[in-house]
Amino acid sequence: MLTDLLGFPPQVLFGQLLLGLINGAFYAVLSLGLAVIFGLLNIVNFAHGALYMLGAFTAWGLAQFLGLNYWVALFAAPVIVGAFGMGLERFLLRRLAGVDHLYGLLLTFGLALVIEGVFIKLFGASGQPYPTPAALTGGINLGFMFLPWYRGWVVVASLIACGATWYIFERTKLGAYLRAGTENPKLLQAFGVNVPLLTTLAYGYGVGLAAFAGVLAAPITQVSPLMGSNLIIVVFAVVVIGGMGSIMGAVVTGLAMGLIEGLTKVFWPEASATVIFLVMAIVLVLRPAGLFGRVA
Amino acid sequence: MKTLKTLALGASALAMASAASAEISDGKVKIGLLTDMSGTYSDLAGPGAVAAAEMAIEDAGAMAAGMPVELVTADHQNKADIAANKAREWGEAEQVDAFAELVTTSTAMAVYEIAKQQNKVVLVSGAASSPLTNDACIPSGIHYTYSTTALANGTGKAVVAEGGDSWYFLTADYAFGQALEADVTKVVEAAGGQVLGSIRHPFPASDFSSFVLQAQGSGAKVIGLANAGADTTNAIKAANEFGLVAGGQSIAALLMFITDVHALGLETAQGIQLTTGFYWDMDDETRAWSERFMERTGKMPSMVQAGVYSSVAFYLKAIEATGSDDTDTVMEWMRDRPIDDFFAKGGTIRSDGRMVHDMYLARVKSPGESSGPWDYYEILRTIPGEEAYGTLEDSTCPTK
Amino acid sequence: MTTKLGYAAALILLLIAPVFVYPVLLMKFLCFALFASAFNLILGFGGLLSFGHAAFFGGAAYVTGHAIKVWGLPVELGILTGAAAAGVLGLAAGMLAIRRQGIYFAMITLALAQMAYFLFISAPFTGGENGLQGVPRGHLLGMIDLQDNMAMYYFTLAVFLAAFWLIARTVHSPFGQVLRAIRDNEPRAVSLGYDTDRYKLQAFVLSATLAGLAGGLKTVVFQLASLTDAHWHMSGEVVLMTLLGGVGTIAGPAVGAGIIVALQNTLASGPLSAWVPVVLGVIFVICVLSFRRGVIGELQALIRRSF
Repeated sequence: MLTDLLGFPPQVLFGQLLLGLINGAFYAVLSLGLAVIFGLLNIVNFAHGALYMLGAFTAWGLAQFLGLNYWVALFAAPVIVGAFGMGLERFLLRRLAGVDHLYGLLLTFGLALVIEGVFIKLFGASGQPYPTPAALTGGINLGFMFLPWYRGWVVVASLIACGATWYIFERTKLGAYLRAGTENPKLLQAFGVNVPLLTTLAYGYGVGLAAFAGVLAAPITQVSPLMGSNLIIVVFAVVVIGGMGSIMGAVVTGLAMGLIEGLTKVFWPEASATVIFLVMAIVLVLRPAGLFGRVA
Repeated sequence: MKTLKTLALGASALAMASAASAEISDGKVKIGLLTDMSGTYSDLAGPGAVAAAEMAIEDAGAMAAGMPVELVTADHQNKADIAANKAREWGEAEQVDAFAELVTTSTAMAVYEIAKQQNKVVLVSGAASSPLTNDACIPSGIHYTYSTTALANGTGKAVVAEGGDSWYFLTADYAFGQALEADVTKVVEAAGGQVLGSIRHPFPASDFSSFVLQAQGSGAKVIGLANAGADTTNAIKAANEFGLVAGGQSIAALLMFITDVHALGLETAQGIQLTTGFYWDMDDETRAWSERFMERTGKMPSMVQAGVYSSVAFYLKAIEATGSDDTDTVMEWMRDRPIDDFFAKGGTIRSDGRMVHDMYLARVKSPGESSGPWDYYEILRTIPGEEAYGTLEDSTCPTK
Repeated sequence: MTTKLGYAAALILLLIAPVFVYPVLLMKFLCFALFASAFNLILGFGGLLSFGHAAFFGGAAYVTGHAIKVWGLPVELGILTGAAAAGVLGLAAGMLAIRRQGIYFAMITLALAQMAYFLFISAPFTGGENGLQGVPRGHLLGMIDLQDNMAMYYFTLAVFLAAFWLIARTVHSPFGQVLRAIRDNEPRAVSLGYDTDRYKLQAFVLSATLAGLAGGLKTVVFQLASLTDAHWHMSGEVVLMTLLGGVGTIAGPAVGAGIIVALQNTLASGPLSAWVPVVLGVIFVICVLSFRRGVIGELQALIRRSF
């Protein structure tokens, strides 16, 4: 009955929506990381995709060379990659203080090329397998679709990460400093807060989020050097749609775009790669500052 | 029709005239190898293909008909324009006599265009699409290792024969995927099977879950993967995750290389049926060559890499025998002689450029059956060349 | 004075170059030099970083190829059609992107270009991954056979010089002055009564059109149009060329294009062939960190200091 009405089985619709939500979770974590970095450094981190890839590779490396499992990697990889990110900020990005923020975009673009290029050279482009953790193999039949436990876990873990970020920013002293840093770094510095350290930490945190998403993605896609290179552009579009205003904005927009993409896959699969960009164009016409953005 | 023939005659006369002027060679045999050195296909071709060509040249003593043999290589990055640019430059400025490897259809077609203008030999190993020996064929091009037709006639036929008579395709949305889907569709329908539908996914795609879901909803017995490289491995992983196989459907990976199996791991890849032009562990000859390759590169050869060795070696043999590196002379010699080496037994080159040789239907072993790394395939059946590639009559190559 | 001498020397060099250097490589350089110069019009003089110029370059490449190969248009008309198409695309993208500045502008152009890229992948006339191949070079004005590399080279050089002259004229025109005023201080330009959005849009469309001219020319030179031309890596490459040569200088982008094309060509056949993206990335990082004025910018500063 419903099938006749819609032209396809309702299972497909619900299934795709659920998958969209899962993809949206990735968009949310990645755009959240971008938002955190943008907040303090005022740069758009083009290397975000490469660092996401680095997170997945770190998880893979930990398993391959040290025999450490997924759960360890889920915490270790963001810390390792986050530390690497802090190094990047401290020794490279900081040297751009005072010049046009566009140079930050260009610098991170160059870094992305270097990181991805080196990994292609070292590991080849076709990807390394990363097993789903034993505790999360299998799945549950929801009636309208077969939900692998791992996919469900991705949504939960992403939401936890987003929630934790929200808590740190809105409910802790550190978060208060961070928010103040985005508003007026000079004043904050005058109050005796070490703003450069804060900036480094913020970059590290944003990068850590990207790496976290990378570890989450590792069992779903192959761990491959180019896994982040196309994703990052979609996330850019998500950020434009949401506007870099708020943490909530990044999360909500990320999830919503995942859902819209899922819907498109049902009705017009060929357009699924373009639909987010289309939404971006429409939002730009109606609300140039983005859905949650403050007018710059 | 008559005008067409006259045209073709005129064109070939022209080609001969230009060949005559190009015959005064520089006293060197130069082979230009274009491959993907760092991208998606670098594992199955790439540095390994270069190593294979080097081995072929070394085995010939780096000499052919008294002329030194030289190899030049470049990374085409799977981009048609880079391939065309490099091929044009090599042909015009560096007197390259033949082009080799050429993974991805787009680069092969681009080099075909150049080679047609310059009348150079092309030894295609990596590209798969059947149009290379049909509408897009050129007189001096050899499609050496495999083709989408062979993949369809190998895996496609075998799967239908086992009762997989209703299909749904997951197709990479570009020419190669479409060619593969079309070729397999033909085979399935001819065998009395039925194609329920297909979904075109963007190329490359990172997450296949929704496409797998669509395929699941189709109710088809067989989900045919008309894609390659990372797309294939990702699709298989997603299918496993969503219990596609557990739900009674089966996957037919229409193009899969041993390097893909290596990347997926046997746990995931086990049981997959695939068609290949070469497997290292067939007999003493293949093992001997592959061990040498392994020593050199640290990996076992893919069929593309083995094909590169075989095609370059055969080309050098032709020059040695005819005493000339002139394209038409060499092509004529190669067309008249069977290829007998570790790669192909009694392979022949047809006038449409197809190198017809036996293909193999293989099944990926389970981890328990495998004795270690690279022990991946159980060969189920040898597919005679004629059966795999069809007959010359079926070819739509205008210069056949 | 030094500038004029420099241009004269460069012109003579370009005229005799094909005797010494492989002409197709030179033509590639000219196409990218034009592309980068067109791009610099909007970045260097408009202050807007477009990260989506590949869409115009690649889009025009396809339209030109299609016009010549399928519609049978003569070469000159084919290239102009391509450029016009890029202009229209530029107008559409510009109208959306101009609503935001700075980083947002970069991200929006990038996203729009990516959308165009996906359209090119799925549109039947582009040939998808295979690209549009076998585009005939044809005869210039129905007389000169462009299949000959020398003839093609001088045709390409003529187009490049004409476009380069147009860019230089635009920069020095009143329009260019206003553009620079907007770049340096937009609120001030607004208060002076300029409709800054309109100026920016016009510059964007001109830049897109000329980028399209470069793309169309490239199609004819290489006889093919492919997805590479439209990929966002191409957008990044043109940024790199401009940055390396000198943002906001007239000759800089061409110099940057020369360096990058020569570098790619040298690396591609050597032992470093697999490292091309890494090398480009490293150059990018070095440029941004400590070489922001680019080759020409540094030279100008040097000359200013010395004299």
